[in-house]
Amino acid sequence: MSTVFIALQTNDDTRPIIESIMADNPHARLNEAPAMVKIDAEGKLTVKRESIEERLGREFDLQELHINLISLSGNLDETDDELTLSWNS
Amino acid sequence: MGVAAIKEYVGENKDRLENFHGNQLLYVGWEDHLMFCAPFAFPFPPAMRFGDVIEKVLPGAFGYHPDWAKIDWSKVEWFKSGQPWAPNFAKSLAENGLRHKDVVRFRTPGLTGIKGSCS
Amino acid sequence: MDMQVAKKKLGLKERYALMTRDLGWDTTYQPMNKVFPQAEYEGIKIHDWSKWEDPFRLTMDAYWKYQAEKEKKLYAIIDAYAQNNGHLNVTDARYINAIKLFLNGISPLEYMAHRGFAGVGRQFPGVGTRVACLMQSLDEIRHSQTQIHAMSNYNKYYNGFHDYTTMIQRVWYLSVPRSFFDDAITAGPFEFMIAIGFSFEYVLTNLLFVPFVSGAAYNGDMGTMTFGFSAQSDEARHMTLGLECIKFMLEQDPANVPIVQRWIDKWAWRGYRVLTLVGMMMDYMLPKRVMSWKEAWEIYFEENGGALFNDLARYGIRPPKFLDQIAFDKDHISHQAWGTFYNYAAACNFHSWTPTDDEMDWLSAKYPNSFDKYYRPRLEHWREEAKKGNRFYNKTLPMLCQTCQIPMIFTEPGDPTKICYRESDYKGTKYHFCSDGCKDIFDHEPEKYIQSWLPVHQIYQGNCFNPGVDPTAPGFDALGAVLDYYNMAVGRDNLDFEGSEDQKNFEAWRGMATKNI
Repeated sequence: MSTVFIALQTNDDTRPIIESIMADNPHARLNEAPAMVKIDAEGKLTVKRESIEERLGREFDLQELHINLISLSGNLDETDDELTLSWNS
Repeated sequence: MGVAAIKEYVGENKDRLENFHGNQLLYVGWEDHLMFCAPFAFPFPPAMRFGDVIEKVLPGAFGYHPDWAKIDWSKVEWFKSGQPWAPNFAKSLAENGLRHKDVVRFRTPGLTGIKGSCS
Repeated sequence: MDMQVAKKKLGLKERYALMTRDLGWDTTYQPMNKVFPQAEYEGIKIHDWSKWEDPFRLTMDAYWKYQAEKEKKLYAIIDAYAQNNGHLNVTDARYINAIKLFLNGISPLEYMAHRGFAGVGRQFPGVGTRVACLMQSLDEIRHSQTQIHAMSNYNKYYNGFHDYTTMIQRVWYLSVPRSFFDDAITAGPFEFMIAIGFSFEYVLTNLLFVPFVSGAAYNGDMGTMTFGFSAQSDEARHMTLGLECIKFMLEQDPANVPIVQRWIDKWAWRGYRVLTLVGMMMDYMLPKRVMSWKEAWEIYFEENGGALFNDLARYGIRPPKFLDQIAFDKDHISHQAWGTFYNYAAACNFHSWTPTDDEMDWLSAKYPNSFDKYYRPRLEHWREEAKKGNRFYNKTLPMLCQTCQIPMIFTEPGDPTKICYRESDYKGTKYHFCSDGCKDIFDHEPEKYIQSWLPVHQIYQGNCFNPGVDPTAPGFDALGAVLDYYNMAVGRDNLDFEGSEDQKNFEAWRGMATKNI
């Protein structure tokens, strides 16, 4: 199984996003580096709008992710409700 | 096919012999002495004596190395385009068969750079 | 952040389809192949452009909204950094030389990427692809401009930042990144997408922007951190575009597979060679190190790239050629590159130096297979000589590789003590290469690469002096004349860091910032 990842800047905007991703993807690993985190996950990683909204206490458009996104890997699919990264092999 | 192009396409070789004002390029590398990060490129007249390259030019290029002064030139092994080669120091570059953009290397047996690191 | 989220009437996918795909039409006054003259000559067959889809499904309204937000954040940080004299808080002034390399060698490529994506966006008959290329083209000019803004702050205080637009066209080592991009932009639109969109963005830019920019933060450079991460937030979209584009080509026709494979082989190698510079920046130019080049390579190329190529295997794509050599060389190239700039420090617009003892120990620990055996001895020798006032300045011009234009510094696969020499004969002339990878690329398209503008040969042809300079005059100083042509200030921009104006100024200004003098 191959690893997908998403890397985000660390700041006040991303703290609830990182928390949501870690809660929704129990198999994910959090790697902290100066000013950023890289979240690795075997096979698949899902970012869910609802989980972020719960922590944020307001509506959240998944495309807001772009502001603090650093990098990612894997095939991406995005809808209004979730963004997934996955490898087929 | 020399290139992918929408129509017939011919490139211009930027390094034709006639662009070098009567000189030809010779590349020279010293094996096992990578403190000099790459082989050198020189423009020389084809009539220049090969021995003059060794005696008058290379000391300025390689002389900083502590091994330079220790070279026994009678034991040096030469290679041209990677193949063993025997230059005649008294003859010119052209008489030694050196053409534009030829590459020669020399190996100095027993000398392997700073602390034997091939530096 | 406080953003208003508008109530949407349509879902993301429908909205995207209506705002992009429906904008296109087939021309009738002129045939499509005349309107899009570059769409076919590379041999790539596309049967149905409508199968292409941008996974981010970004429309311009969302694009402006998020880009504006990124710009506001970026400039707030840049302003605060400048107002606070942030440049005096970097770890030490050696660090600033990495930023010089960035401005001179990388920012001009961002501008070329802008031109490239604008160009290929014009050439693709598919609407979705065109919209994605348009956004990337805008992103790239943003990167170039934000980098220039951010680094202009350093230009007020330090040397070597003053004329990157001239230098990218003239300075010997800058022909490496420039020719890389010139190669891509003069290829057809599909090759450009594999070159930049896929190989560079997807496989390689992580190595530049992620660990290096994290390293900038670690070294106290908020300016570079913010432009770097701001640019990289666009790169995630670019990478997705690159991956989407390659999958689309592979799915459209099996005859595309071998063409794409050759481009992957070529551009993975071309990109890998250019990234040698980044390896050196990470291992030698960041006073506080985040991770070694080798570690970054293992994470972002071997692990991440490996996953990618596993995924593409179902199309019949294999990983790029020469991976064994690349795997071996990760222990060597950053050291070989730093040694090169140390050699030619007299002809550089940034400073070089020998590492301190603790830095050498760090390098030993990170490179147990190579550093002590091959590289420490030469660095220590140079340091000893410099202490005696005999700093090594190599003033004889090096032999260059015809393809990557890097001096012939790289070693034989498996043997770091032997320089790797390869050559080809074409139309009666010899051409030389640093590697099998560079020779392969030349041999496939020799008519392209015989045109390489090799700085060393150009100097010998007399093409690198200012107008009016007479190289036949008695006592002519060729190196000095070339540096004039480069617009480099001798004794300020070049030579060793030790004793440089940058070093003295930084020390004096940092002193003033912490004491009442």
